[in-house]
Amino acid sequence: MKGIGKQFKEGILTQNPVFVQFLGMCSTLAVTISIQNALGMGLAATAVLICSNIVISLLRKVIPAKVRIASYIVIVAGFVTAIDLLMQAYFPDLSESLGVFIPLIVVNCIILARAEAYASKNAVFPSAVDGLTMGLGFTCALLVMSAVRELLGAGTLAGVQVMPDGYQPAMLLILPAGGFLTLGFLVAIFQKIIRKGE
Amino acid sequence: MLDLSKVQVSSSPHIRSDETTKQIMLDVVIALMPALAVSIFVFGWRSLIITLFSVCSCIFFEWLYGILAKRPNTTGDMSCMVTGVLLAFNLPVTAPLWMVFVGAGFAIIVVKMLFGGIGKNFMNPALAARAFLFSWPVIMTTWVKTRTELPLFTTPVDVVTSATPLSYLKNGVLPDASLLDMALGMVSGCLGETSALALLAGGLYLLYRRVITLHIPLSYLGTVAVLTYLFPRGGLPAGSFMLAHLLSGGLMLGAIFMATDYTTSPLTKKGQVIFGIGCGLLTVFIRYFGSYAEGVSYSILIMNAFVPLIERFTVPKNPAEKRKLSFKKAKEAGKSE
Repeated sequence: MKGIGKQFKEGILTQNPVFVQFLGMCSTLAVTISIQNALGMGLAATAVLICSNIVISLLRKVIPAKVRIASYIVIVAGFVTAIDLLMQAYFPDLSESLGVFIPLIVVNCIILARAEAYASKNAVFPSAVDGLTMGLGFTCALLVMSAVRELLGAGTLAGVQVMPDGYQPAMLLILPAGGFLTLGFLVAIFQKIIRKGE
Repeated sequence: MLDLSKVQVSSSPHIRSDETTKQIMLDVVIALMPALAVSIFVFGWRSLIITLFSVCSCIFFEWLYGILAKRPNTTGDMSCMVTGVLLAFNLPVTAPLWMVFVGAGFAIIVVKMLFGGIGKNFMNPALAARAFLFSWPVIMTTWVKTRTELPLFTTPVDVVTSATPLSYLKNGVLPDASLLDMALGMVSGCLGETSALALLAGGLYLLYRRVITLHIPLSYLGTVAVLTYLFPRGGLPAGSFMLAHLLSGGLMLGAIFMATDYTTSPLTKKGQVIFGIGCGLLTVFIRYFGSYAEGVSYSILIMNAFVPLIERFTVPKNPAEKRKLSFKKAKEAGKSE
């Protein structure tokens, strides 16, 4: 059980996919304009990550090394299609606001990186836990970033007005340039915190 | 016989000038004063208040950063004063003071100090802050009529707005103001950009003091002049269309004071000319085809980002190597004859 605790710490803090490994930047920058979007994206990616890690770990001795990337992509694409259809059926609004970024989870580096670096070398259960922890790390990072951007850029948190009436939102923060600025600052703060902990 | 006891061994540089950063920055501030005077005449005392507030905010943020980062206080070199004045000059006179404060914080902390302070920022702080302040597009594009009474400290509301010369040009008609008014600055626009003549006077002072050279301003203004003369829009007479473009918007302010910023412009003369031409091309493209009426700030920022590339392609050749090359060429030419 000690291993699981370590995996959680790595996934959320010391090996955080966004703030430390810099994976999945495209969706990170694009969807973090509101907390709902970030949560939806994070959970969808987590679900795909857990499922694909399990299946790839199961098939790790079957898949020939030369075509492994193509095989991973096929497996991931299968799960992403399932998630995409499920979201369209049960959360049509969220699915619409995330748009193309749900199908694009297929090429999200986090999923391929975990498949290559972890699931293809480890047993099924640790791989599933790895998918969960990395997915949670991704979700947490998205939530922090979207909270900052939504609060300053729109004056709301999860759609609820938080800032006082006189506050004039800084539109730049919900534009792409604001995504890069926020990410830069958060990475700096995060690295500082981690260094302190060591 | 050489008296060796008087010869000192020391490392270079052997020739030093008395020029200091502070002196240069002071010259720039002095050169900006005529434009400020015109601005006070055109927009009232509020423009002085905004400029002073912007300068104080910039000094405050630089001092604050020094304290927070436990670095030596660098406010003494006066570069933050120049940033403050330029930032204010790039804002409409109706901008609320909190916005000036936010802009100053962004310019000094994010654009300048986080990259290492003076000499290390890769973009012009005042212009980057202006781009950031376009978070509030309505405030940034509210142009008050000239010589309107404005409250000094509170945010003006319900002002009579008027179109800038550039918005006329964008629609393919000549501005309602005469060219003389535009040269003197009796038009609406950002606080410090309206008077082309006052800015030119400042530019001449900087040239006289050898703070800037002609390369960037001339290639910048020249490119804009040539392009607007060759391709006037809306069937307007080429000459007056070109002059209207040269005299309107932030072109003079940008070409003389902001594109020439030492840190964010190329070192070599050749590089500076390329930089100026690039700024000119982008300015005309944005003014012609972009969604904004003005393109000076963005074109300078974009070219700022290109400076490292320009420097790489314009590394000066070693003179000895050059001579060797020309010698070789001459020899080859002689052979073929």
